[in-house]
Amino acid sequence: MASRDDIKFLSNPKIGQNRKKYCRFKKYGIRYIDYKDPDFLLQFVNEQGKLLPRRITGNSLKFQRKIAVAVKRARHLAMLPYLVDQLK
Amino acid sequence: MRQYETTFIVDPVLSDEEIKSTLQTYQEMLKNEGCEIVHTEEMGLRQLAYPIKRRNSGVYYCVEFKLESPSFIDKLELSLRRDERVMRFLTTSLDKFGVKYNEDKRNGLIGNRKKEEEKAEETKVEKAPEAVADEKEVIQKVKAAKEELAAVSVAADAVANQEEE
Repeated sequence: MASRDDIKFLSNPKIGQNRKKYCRFKKYGIRYIDYKDPDFLLQFVNEQGKLLPRRITGNSLKFQRKIAVAVKRARHLAMLPYLVDQLK
Repeated sequence: MRQYETTFIVDPVLSDEEIKSTLQTYQEMLKNEGCEIVHTEEMGLRQLAYPIKRRNSGVYYCVEFKLESPSFIDKLELSLRRDERVMRFLTTSLDKFGVKYNEDKRNGLIGNRKKEEEKAEETKVEKAPEAVADEKEVIQKVKAAKEELAAVSVAADAVANQEEE
């Protein structure tokens, strides 16, 4: 018969433990967000081309604002779409 | 003295000379004003994310310049707006981080890591010759199948036309 120690890991203990999110701009020291680099900005929009919220990307408020500006500039220059169904 | 950056999209239907002369007119306009052109980037023909004036692609140019009097920006934008060759434009003032970023980009400090990663992937993707031969066979088979399909659909169309008649 299985002892209590064997039963302990029948379910994955890591489920439910969310990895801590972080702001990649602060971590890697990126100070300027280029609006002419659509491939980079694609990380911060969903498949409809809408901006992802901070609670998903983990950006700090300062850089979330900068991303919003950069994405809007890129949209004006037709590097990112304003509205689309299948972006990714 | 502030540094600015103007990006504009030129109509791709024009001839190469006209596209280049568009850039030159604005470069000269800036020089006449006595400002220093830091850099001109030719980003080339790019696909647009959405059609502008029924065009699906455009020629992108980016001019970086230092300017004393901000009032000249209005004049520059007015002439860009009146110019029929220019489809879109955007002028931004650069902060110190932006200036540094663009310098680094010109010196090749930014974006190298990405390219190296891509190269590494390419070397991995290189296939053994046998696999390539297999692929060729598959492609031929697919082509034959497609031709058959096309023939069948043509026949079906003919039948449908006859029925209509």
